[in-house]
Amino acid sequence: MLTILFDGIAYGMLLFVLAAGLAVTLGLMNFVNLAHGAFAMAGGYATVVLMNRFGVPFLACLPLAFLFSAALGLLFERTLYVRMYERSHLDQVLFSIGLVFMAIAATDYLMGSSQQNIHLPAYLQGRITIGGVGIGIYRLFLVVVCGLMALGLQWILAKTRFGSQLRAAVDDRRVARGLGIPVVKVFAITFAFGSGLAGLGGALGAEIVGLDPTFPLKFMLYFLIVVTVGGTSSLTGPFLAALLLGVADVMGKYLVPQLGAFIIYAMMLAVLMIRPQGLFARGR
Amino acid sequence: MNPALRTIGLGKSFGGFKANADVSLSVKQGARHALIGPNGAGKTTFINLLTGVLPPSAGTIWLNGEDVTYASQQGRVRRGMARTYQINQLFAELTPIETVSLAIAERQGTGARFWSRVGADSAVIDEAEALLTRMQLGAMMTRRTSTLPYGKQRLLEIALAMACKPKLLLLDEPAAGVPEDERHDVLDSVAALPEDVTVLLIEHDMELVFSFADRISVLVQGALFAEGTVDEISSDPRVKAVYLGEDAHV
Amino acid sequence: MLQSNPAPQQDAKPVLGPAAFLKAKAAWRWPEFLFWISAFALILLLPNRHLLLNEIAILGLFALSLDLILGYAGIVSLGHAAFFGVGAYAAGLLTKYGVTEPVSGLVLSGVAAGFAGFLASFMILRGTDLTRLMVTLGVALIFHEIANRLDWLTGGADGLLGVAPGPILGRFDFDFAGTTAYVYSLTVTFLLFLAARRIVHSPFGLSVKALKDNRLRAATIGIAPNRRLIAIYTLGAVYAGMAGALLTQTTQFVSLEVLDFARSADALLVLVIGGSGYLYGGLIGAIAFKLMKDTLSAMTPAYWIFWMGFILVILVLIGRDRRMAGLARPFAPLLRLLGARRP
Repeated sequence: MLTILFDGIAYGMLLFVLAAGLAVTLGLMNFVNLAHGAFAMAGGYATVVLMNRFGVPFLACLPLAFLFSAALGLLFERTLYVRMYERSHLDQVLFSIGLVFMAIAATDYLMGSSQQNIHLPAYLQGRITIGGVGIGIYRLFLVVVCGLMALGLQWILAKTRFGSQLRAAVDDRRVARGLGIPVVKVFAITFAFGSGLAGLGGALGAEIVGLDPTFPLKFMLYFLIVVTVGGTSSLTGPFLAALLLGVADVMGKYLVPQLGAFIIYAMMLAVLMIRPQGLFARGR
Repeated sequence: MNPALRTIGLGKSFGGFKANADVSLSVKQGARHALIGPNGAGKTTFINLLTGVLPPSAGTIWLNGEDVTYASQQGRVRRGMARTYQINQLFAELTPIETVSLAIAERQGTGARFWSRVGADSAVIDEAEALLTRMQLGAMMTRRTSTLPYGKQRLLEIALAMACKPKLLLLDEPAAGVPEDERHDVLDSVAALPEDVTVLLIEHDMELVFSFADRISVLVQGALFAEGTVDEISSDPRVKAVYLGEDAHV
Repeated sequence: MLQSNPAPQQDAKPVLGPAAFLKAKAAWRWPEFLFWISAFALILLLPNRHLLLNEIAILGLFALSLDLILGYAGIVSLGHAAFFGVGAYAAGLLTKYGVTEPVSGLVLSGVAAGFAGFLASFMILRGTDLTRLMVTLGVALIFHEIANRLDWLTGGADGLLGVAPGPILGRFDFDFAGTTAYVYSLTVTFLLFLAARRIVHSPFGLSVKALKDNRLRAATIGIAPNRRLIAIYTLGAVYAGMAGALLTQTTQFVSLEVLDFARSADALLVLVIGGSGYLYGGLIGAIAFKLMKDTLSAMTPAYWIFWMGFILVILVLIGRDRRMAGLARPFAPLLRLLGARRP
């Protein structure tokens, strides 16, 4: 039982890293980027290619996956997304769905439609027992890495100069510009960083959630749940939401498999009904 | 006779901040009552409480002797309260004739008809046409609202509120933002409002207030500060100190 | 831009009185007659393409149903396929378990989808565009999951087999060339279009447009927003459900595909192509969409989805205003005569 709980937590942490970038673009930049999962997928595939074709060790792949997705994110932000910031949510949705479809087809064309496997190094396989609870080593690894990421993000947003610039740019773009904050640059870096995180999540998650060309579509809803249920006023909300979602999903699938995905869908609808601003958002 | 509008101890707090506190106001039937106050005095909150956009934290609201404190926005409209907005809230894509017919049809209970054509009901259209003509919009009633000059849009704001046949009309800074050459149109229309409609004017512009109102209430820091006739208020040294004093700073 | 380029009909002709103006606004224009006469003429003119034409009519109806809620009421939806799917499965199950006459099956399926839409509508009343996107997406996913889980009833992933509709009204049998199917789907689409056209020009339709335009003000002139939104959303669901039912009855098969996310996206793309808020956008968009899909799928069979994404991205990047000004310019006068808004 506790093993499942731990699996759920690891899964939730992973979801957080995957969705954190979306929480920032959506919550802070007010941009609905349904193609966020495509950047995660890019990171996952980058890892697969690096490991299987070039024999790069898994741990070295992680930062590379981050960089790859971040570079991709930067490229798209500068060329395409930047034109969409001022558009309506509907336009942003249509635009990013278009990107998702293109990403799915392109990945299918380049990499084939089958599931990709990542062979974890031996030291990350197997399980250990702590206090009578069996814990997968890789799950533990996930919790540690993702936990550090979450703390790091929170620190960047709350404590660094860049974080305060970002918050200012989001509060009021014109005022921030007037104060000499390079809004365009801040947004581009943020977008790239968020995409990079997604790429890292994709690389970490390939083992747990699988990787195939439909990844962006399959997990679109999960990311959106994390962000909308968590609310977009801080990163703490999405973090708690991701944990909740992870635990509920894993527990649900294990305990009442016949209900399948109903649990999380129903949970999401219930939260949206009761608290449209998000479960953990501060009341306005 | 019951007052057209009465609030008793009306208050609204946001967290610890009291936007309105213990406002007890009474507006006589047929009055031309003005509510003035410096910026941030709580005028907007007050109008939102009256119209039901916000629920009050304390107190009650009475419309023609009926308690409407917990009535919905639409419920208050049905009981004869209509308002205009300080910043135009119009239907940009519709024409004035459509805009006004919408409100008239709603009032007559035909607004939800889905099998007849807009404009087929001559009772609605004739009234809309008459109202728009009276509000100096006769020449523009079939133009898209977003293409009207700003002053005309301000007039449409008032026409739309009048289309609800209100007993009480809340005018929120009707002349705000209107260019000088269109201003007299708006002022004339406000002055020409039917006498049986009670008007509560929320205004910043002293010239407009003094020429229009017969009674003035002053709101300062969320509370009623003074009330009286135009002469009383314009000669009240305390009002001058608070209100005009604030003006002098600007 | 508008002030520098005033509408010609207002300058050229003497200003109409308000009653006449409103009447003219709702009146039929000649391109509309042309459109429908052509659509029916294709029964005789393109006898070999009836299967494709049938699909176009059904997609057009589905997009029209989305236009009602998106273009008129401004409710964004990522999950409109939910109601298409309910209608499709309802028609399949009705046919399989007794009601084989298509028209009665169609009406009942519309009722079923409308009921689903009515229930779902309560969830889209509150919140922002974003929460609506989530809710509609979530509802569609739940329906997909239900259809998947109830495999004893729906056939699950294999689809529902043994759907054999009888002759329409007991007289017209479906044929292999799809002629009956096209005539049937086109007639249904036309009749539902007539009803929709009447509704959007009614006081109710006007109030829904007003709600989209400015909900705050609509509430302050006494329009109760929720009832109107529930009504239009339910109507949209009925239409979508009937489109789904048409698909089931004319193809004699239902599978989970009817509830796919891609189907909701199809309808959105159709409206992006054809434009929303004037009823013909869904129909014109459906024609363009199907023709493009046919051509592009023939060139690269597996990667239609890429082109679909590409078209979406390009059209959205260009933007509606510039689209009307540029790409669609040759057709702009015609589209405007059909009722499309000027940019």
